[in-house]
Parts: sequence; C-alpha cells; structure tokens
Amino acid sequence: MSVPILNASGCLDALVAPDVARTLDAFVTKTVTLLPREGNPPPRIAEVEHGMLNSIGLQNPGIDAFVSEALPALAELGVPLWVSVGGFSAREYAHVCERLDECEDVTTIELNLSCPNVEEAAETAAEITRAARAATSKPLYAKLSPATWDLAALARAVAEAGADGLSLVNTIRGLALDPATGRPVLARGAGGYSGPALLPIAAACIHACAHAVDLPIVGMGGVASGADAAMLVAAGASAIAIGTALFADPLAAERIRAELASAVGTPPAADRDSRSLSQASSA
Amino acid sequence: MEPVGPYTLLCLERGGLESGRPGQFFMLEAPGRLLPRPMSLCLAPPGELAFLVEPIGPGTRALCALTPGDAIHVLGPLGNGFDLDVERPLLVAGGIGIAPMPYLREALGGAPAILGFRSELHAEAACLLPDAEVVVEPELVTDLLGEDPGDVLACGPEPMLEAVRRAVPGAQLAWEAPMACGYGACFGCVVELEGRYARLCVEGPVLR
Repeated sequence: MSVPILNASGCLDALVAPDVARTLDAFVTKTVTLLPREGNPPPRIAEVEHGMLNSIGLQNPGIDAFVSEALPALAELGVPLWVSVGGFSAREYAHVCERLDECEDVTTIELNLSCPNVEEAAETAAEITRAARAATSKPLYAKLSPATWDLAALARAVAEAGADGLSLVNTIRGLALDPATGRPVLARGAGGYSGPALLPIAAACIHACAHAVDLPIVGMGGVASGADAAMLVAAGASAIAIGTALFADPLAAERIRAELASAVGTPPAADRDSRSLSQASSA
Repeated sequence: MEPVGPYTLLCLERGGLESGRPGQFFMLEAPGRLLPRPMSLCLAPPGELAFLVEPIGPGTRALCALTPGDAIHVLGPLGNGFDLDVERPLLVAGGIGIAPMPYLREALGGAPAILGFRSELHAEAACLLPDAEVVVEPELVTDLLGEDPGDVLACGPEPMLEAVRRAVPGAQLAWEAPMACGYGACFGCVVELEGRYARLCVEGPVLR
C-alpha cells in the first residue's frame, strides 16, 4: 500500500532538519498567523501516560516574515509545501490566505481551526473557511478538533463553505497536575494531548467524516507504525500525517512508509455505502 | 552501568555516532516511555559514549534500569556545546550538572573545577573529576568563585546558573529544559533569551 505521508503541523522545522523534511511527501509548516507570536511561557511540554501535552501557543514570525524569510528557504527543499494558517477572526485568516495565494511555492493551505492552546476564534469554522475560500484559489484543507460533538455536521459545513479537504485530527485538550503540588505542569495549565492515545479517536473522527462528505482526508493522531497508518486509511484517510512519533524518531516517515509497503494485503477502504456504524455511534 | 553516588554512569557502544563537542547532548530512548531524554555526554572512552543519569522520573529511572546487552536508540550529538577557545578555564557545576564536565575537562587538556552538591551522598560523584574543589550545601559554588575566576564554564540547576551569571557576566552556561525532540521540531524547550523565546536545543544548550 502506498499512501502519501506528511508531518503534522507544528511537529517539524524543515529549516532546522531539512533531511527529515525530505523524507515526506509534503511538508506542513507550523501555523502562521497575521502578526508575529512569541508563544506561551515554558514549561510547554510534558510527557504523560500514553501521550504528551503541549502548549506552544502558535509561536511564529507572522505572515510578513514568513513570506519574506522562511518561504524562499522552504521552497529550496524541493518538497511540496503546505502552509498551516491560524488566526483570531475570519478576517485574519483571509488576510493570511490572500498573502499566500500570491506565493507560487505554496501548494496547499491548511486552516488550523482547532488549536487547543489559544482562545477560540470568534467565528465558526464554516465562516472562516468561507472567508479563506474567497481569499485564495489554492487547495484548502480544514483541520478540525476531535473535541467536537457532531464532527460529521462540521465536516459538511466546511465542505459547503468551500474546503477541498479535511485534516483530522488536531490534539485534544488535556491537563497534567504535579502530584506533589497539585499545580499544572504546563505554565498555561491545559495543553494539547497527542500521541498513541489519539489513534482510536482519530479513527472515529475520520470514519464519521468519510461517511459525511466526499472530500480527501489527511489522517493523523497517534500514528507511530505502518499498522497505525493502515488503520486510519481503512477509516477513510487518503494521506497520513505524523506528529508526536517524529519527536522520538526523525526517520518515522521512512519507517512507516516501508512498513506500509510490506504490509500483507490491502485493507479495504472505508465503505461509504455502509453507514450503520456512524449512525449507531451518533445515536 | 556503574553507580556513582546516587547517579548512574550509563556506558553505550558508540556505533557510528560522533562524540561531538563538550556540552552538546544526545537524545536517549527511555525504554517504555513515549519520548527520549536529553543527556549531555559525560565521557567518551574509545568506542563508547558515557552518560551520567540521575533517576528522578520515569524516563531517567528506565535508563538507570538498563542492563548490559540492552539496546536503545540514540540521536546526536545535538545543539551547541562549550566554546573551548578560552585562556583560563574554570569549571563550575552543581549536582547532576557535573555530567558534561569530565569530557569538557579532557577536551580542554585539564582545568580547575568547583563542584557543589546537596548532600554528601551526591558529592560522591566528585570522583569523576579528581582534584576538584567540592562544597556541600549550605555552602555554594559561588562562595568559592573569588574576585577573578577566569573563564567560567558552568552547568547546574537554574538558580546556580543565575547566580554564576550575576557573579561572572559572560560565563558560558549549559542550561536544561524538558525536550520532546532535541532537534528543533517541537518548540517545547524554549528559554527567554534577549526578550524572545529561543529553542534551547537549537540555540543552546550552552548560552552566554
């Protein structure tokens, strides 16, 4: 089985580790916002059981510095480039998308509609997608949160607003407390929970959305092996992104690609005519 | 595996890895844990890499529980080490901050050292740096710095490094921070540097 493998946004700096970026079928940038952001104070990460928490806070140089400084260097990598876009209003998302629309080297824009470490954007995911759609003709992927009550309905809403694909899923909010003090381990309190525990959550989200909309899905969440990737493909993903697994193993993409290629047999793609499971799970 | 006071000296076959510059670090797989742990190199005997580990959490305890013949993934050397172009080096370390000092002293061709520990048991690790001056709390390493300590290269807990920096502006300080990746990917290990957040694994761990 051959499936495109990307990195999850925020899980690789291609300029610091270009050789790792070149193992990917596309590189996804850390989220870029209209204005520069310093991010959250440390401690920002904590290992917890079955995963890790992060609260980075969208540290990034802002769209101006990104376009003038990072983008030319990223373009030289020779890897298709996806840019993750964040913001605090539909207008901000639209401004950033408008800038990126002029950049030939950007192949795809991923709308980060689900960062658990910043205040929620005021507008809904669909309004943001609609504003971004009006600002760019590049392919638009909407990255959604697994902590959404009716994700299939949200997927339908962003599809109607003009999304060309879905990225499923972002981290889910979690909290670690120091057993000695009872205080949060991370400076900001809660953070985004990622790692192996996310895999069945991602599978459920992908499965529900694959039945709800006819859009390509980049599956991510706890993928650490070829078998994990195959599971998300079976749930309905057409590409896979690797996040936390890259931290422990910079060569994870190559390893997972090889494990997928040597897998015996091909798991069936999600059966879009069989809706009983998604109906049962949302009943 | 060799106990050194309350610490463990973990000796690994080097394989194809370079030993790097003193103060650089390696990411060591901690068996059973999701994330590797950053460790600075303590000693580089021929064909080996040796790390001094303090068992303070699940990852470091897993590393200290390794037995001969076990294999772990190792990534490195990473980050920026000490600048060895110094005229009058003085090594200053607190607690597990002694870890990079034996390799550093070897690279410098010898240097005086001041070591501080929180107990007599911890101070047994001073055997890694023979001839060093050793203090145990409440006495502090900064008590021994004197008027003109020379080119200070230090590693230890944050309050100690802050105190050394106040006493010796321009000292080379090796910091530590929780890291998920060690190679600039996660943005988890930032420290405040000149009013911005800098990734310690990329810009450090040795900073001036």
